[in-house]
Amino acid sequence: MAIESDVLVIGGGLAGLSSAISAAREGADVRLVTYKQSTLRQASGLIDVLGYTPDGEGPLTDPYDAIPELPDEHPYRLLGEDTVREAMSMFDEVADTYRGGHTDVNALLPTYGGTVKPTARYPEGAAAGLASDDRDLLLVGFEAMPDFDAPHVAAHLEAAGVPFDVRGETIQFPGDLMDDAKVTRYAKLLENNGPVEVRGRERGARDALVERLNPLIEDEGRIGLPAVLGDADAAGVRAALEAELGIEVFEVPATPPSMPGVRLEDRLFEAFDEAGGNFESGNPVVSFDGQDRVETVYVDKQNARIPYSAEQFVLATGGLVGKGVESDREHVYEPIFDCHVEHSEDRYDWFDEAVFGEHPFAGFGVDPDAELRPLDSAGSPEFENLRAAGSVLGGYDFAAEKSGSGVSIATGYHAGRLAAQEAQ
Amino acid sequence: MSDARDPTQFDPIVPNTGEEYEPLEVFPEDDGFDLRPGADSCYKCSTCDTNCPVAEVDDDFPGPKFQGPEQWRLKQTDDDYEIDPSISECSNCLRCDTSCPSGVNLAQMHNTARGEYVDNQVSKLSVKYIRNRILANYRTSAYFASMFPRTANFFMNFGPVRWAMEKVMHIPSEREFPEFATQTFRQWWSERGGAKVHSDDKKIAYFHGCYSNYNTPEVAKALVRIYEHFGYEVMVPPQKCSGTPMFANGMLDDARRHAETNVEELTAAIEEGADVVASCTSCSMALRNEYPELFDIDGIDDLAEHTYDAVEYLRIHTDVRQELEAAEVSGELEEEFAYHAPCHARNQGLERQAIELFRDLDGVAVEDVGESCSGISGTYGWKSEKYEKSMEIGSEMFEHMEESEGTTGMTECPTCASQMEHGTGYEVRHPLELIEAALID
Ligand SMILES: Cc1cc2nc3c(=O)[nH]c(=O)nc-3n(C[C@H](O)[C@H](O)[C@H](O)COP(=O)(O)OP(=O)(O)OC[C@H]3O[C@@H](n4cnc5c(N)ncnc54)[C@H](O)[C@@H]3O)c2cc1C
Ligand code: SF4
Ligand code: SF4
Repeated sequence: MAIESDVLVIGGGLAGLSSAISAAREGADVRLVTYKQSTLRQASGLIDVLGYTPDGEGPLTDPYDAIPELPDEHPYRLLGEDTVREAMSMFDEVADTYRGGHTDVNALLPTYGGTVKPTARYPEGAAAGLASDDRDLLLVGFEAMPDFDAPHVAAHLEAAGVPFDVRGETIQFPGDLMDDAKVTRYAKLLENNGPVEVRGRERGARDALVERLNPLIEDEGRIGLPAVLGDADAAGVRAALEAELGIEVFEVPATPPSMPGVRLEDRLFEAFDEAGGNFESGNPVVSFDGQDRVETVYVDKQNARIPYSAEQFVLATGGLVGKGVESDREHVYEPIFDCHVEHSEDRYDWFDEAVFGEHPFAGFGVDPDAELRPLDSAGSPEFENLRAAGSVLGGYDFAAEKSGSGVSIATGYHAGRLAAQEAQ
Repeated sequence: MSDARDPTQFDPIVPNTGEEYEPLEVFPEDDGFDLRPGADSCYKCSTCDTNCPVAEVDDDFPGPKFQGPEQWRLKQTDDDYEIDPSISECSNCLRCDTSCPSGVNLAQMHNTARGEYVDNQVSKLSVKYIRNRILANYRTSAYFASMFPRTANFFMNFGPVRWAMEKVMHIPSEREFPEFATQTFRQWWSERGGAKVHSDDKKIAYFHGCYSNYNTPEVAKALVRIYEHFGYEVMVPPQKCSGTPMFANGMLDDARRHAETNVEELTAAIEEGADVVASCTSCSMALRNEYPELFDIDGIDDLAEHTYDAVEYLRIHTDVRQELEAAEVSGELEEEFAYHAPCHARNQGLERQAIELFRDLDGVAVEDVGESCSGISGTYGWKSEKYEKSMEIGSEMFEHMEESEGTTGMTECPTCASQMEHGTGYEVRHPLELIEAALID
């Protein structure tokens, strides 16, 4: 016997969660198994659909406009514009703390590095930071968090020609946390207004922070801080700060590790749970049984092999970072089902000479048919009942196009829906 | 492009956990386990740090990334490097290990570092060392206490005794000692005459661990009745402590002695055709994960491959799910439960099985109180200097329990259960007890 379900999703990143949620919403009995935590915890928490064309044109104003011009093998071309839109509206329903769904146009948000980035959806907490807003802006960083150097970011933004005045200040976080205190430590202290020691006296961290911020504000209409303003109740932390400071507060999308990514991951698991889904994490799928169809996959639970069977399977194991695609010195491969991954024989062709050049490895992945079933080298589906979604797919380069989250959501949504329909 | 490792995370030759790793003999004098693949796979994404419940409340704790891969590297490059004492602030919850996207084996790195720290840097005469050793060897104290359970129950929670324990041993007087059962599970088992069901092809060997033997035999009895209900022959081989509290206190020699007995007795049962099941998730994790990572004992891999959590095994091999869907619960256990998944269950991917199993069971509702850690982590919360921290970590779980509909707790881990009781006053049950109530009367 085995642990059974209609649809089994392998991988708990944005793609796996999107397909699990869409399959569960179709009424299927869905299970998600994932090895470890996904790249969401490292991503900024911004949902990019398409910021640049593969040729580097951009920033694009309307990502949907550009879909027909993408190369044939691009996942968006396989799905078509309408499916991408449907997928994004599922995301909007589920991630109700996100903004940007009111328009097709990309929003422009300032980043940690001081650039302005085109993105399709952004966390509510980042909303007051939009670069298209012309209110003057104050950025404040913390000494112990050198990754966000507010004066430097402000100077960059000015140089980028933003339509407002921007100023950066650095302060000490109340309580003088050590240099590499964890982002969760800041978030928890601010959320609970937890005790910190300020000049020998115990104070609530949030209250003490307000006292430090207040004198810095001149006539700006908004203030941006590193993305550590709370964990489960980020909105509450922001509201409390705004009430005391009298201006709008936002978080600047983060470098890894990212609280906005953590919050989004939590929200998606919650939504999947609400939709009746089952999930578990911590152990990898390592092998399978089946010929034309996948019958059972095996999870290696710390040396014991646990069988899971299902009608339909979705492979959402990520790319080279997520471990959905692996490589050794000779070849690049997909480790669970050994699905075909197109790549040059010569390892030295995997890279571009230039570090920031066009690296073929960035596009490595399985190539699917229109139903997202991975194809073998002869162009027929590897298995009848296996679909793939997210970074495990080839045919696009998310880092160059700024399309990572969008492709994961769209392909996940589509794969999950088809799997559920076929399983029932 | 040279063959040297590129520091970017997109390097396609990062060693992956999915394949066999060939250890490089770079430090041949080191006869311990090869931790290099772990250190090499770490690309410093800090995902582990965002999961560490200790780092979340303690500004001085440098976090799992430091404890694991970074400290390992420091050790290799500096001969005089001493393990940072902060390793004893790590509660061994293994949240970091469960989270690492790159599959770095943080559990093994922490256990090894802690062992080394206790061996080389801690005075064996210090009160804390002695106290830790007593806590880690819970089985021994429990063994004596269970001879006179009523007396022990009285004295262990008797004010003046607890005051003295706090003063002398640094055992927090706030904690209630677990009650000892008046009859241990093993006594019950032999009085009953052992197994009631005999089978040639369906056998399990039960690893009951210390707690369900001395403190909660009702859990162990539920397990026996459920397995017999499904036609299994239950074996109860001789056994010692799983070693979990010893790993967590850096006492690897003690742990090894116990492991040797367990491996020997349980592999003998496996040879007779049994699989091993445990009702405590820290015990199953020790047998199937920590043993092979830390020790090299004959049969250890065989044991790991044949060990399961008791509920997990039922889910794979029986139709427990269908039977529960058709069943209902009434009487004492007809309740709303607030379920907490223990960290060590999480580490084995078992964090949702109770929710899933009882979703369609009539008469009860089981609500997951979320991913917060209970904070007790075995013996961790039993140390005066850590008591406050343990309660601060647990506070989120207490709040979630109180917000949930249920006023009875549920978990697989006995120490989490005691923390849940301590923080909320709720009574706490094991999923096996609920399965028993549903399927057997
Ligand atoms: C550092 C970084 C920053 C980024 N920033 C942005 C950004 O600003 N905007 C944006 O839109 N996108 C961004 N992205 C991209 C975006 O996050 C990803 O494209 C997208 O989340 C990929 O999702 P995924 O689900 O396909 O894969 P992943 O997130 O990689 O998830 C794969 C999951 O599968 C699991 N898995 C792997 N192997 C197995 C197995 N054998 N068995 C079971 N489970 C397995 C893994 O543990 C993991 O949980 C960023 C990515 C990275 C790495
Ligand atoms: S999660 Fe893993 S790869 Fe990331 S910093 Fe921690 S150990 Fe390193
Ligand atoms: S085991 Fe738990 S307490 Fe220890 S470092 Fe890892 S996450 Fe932190």
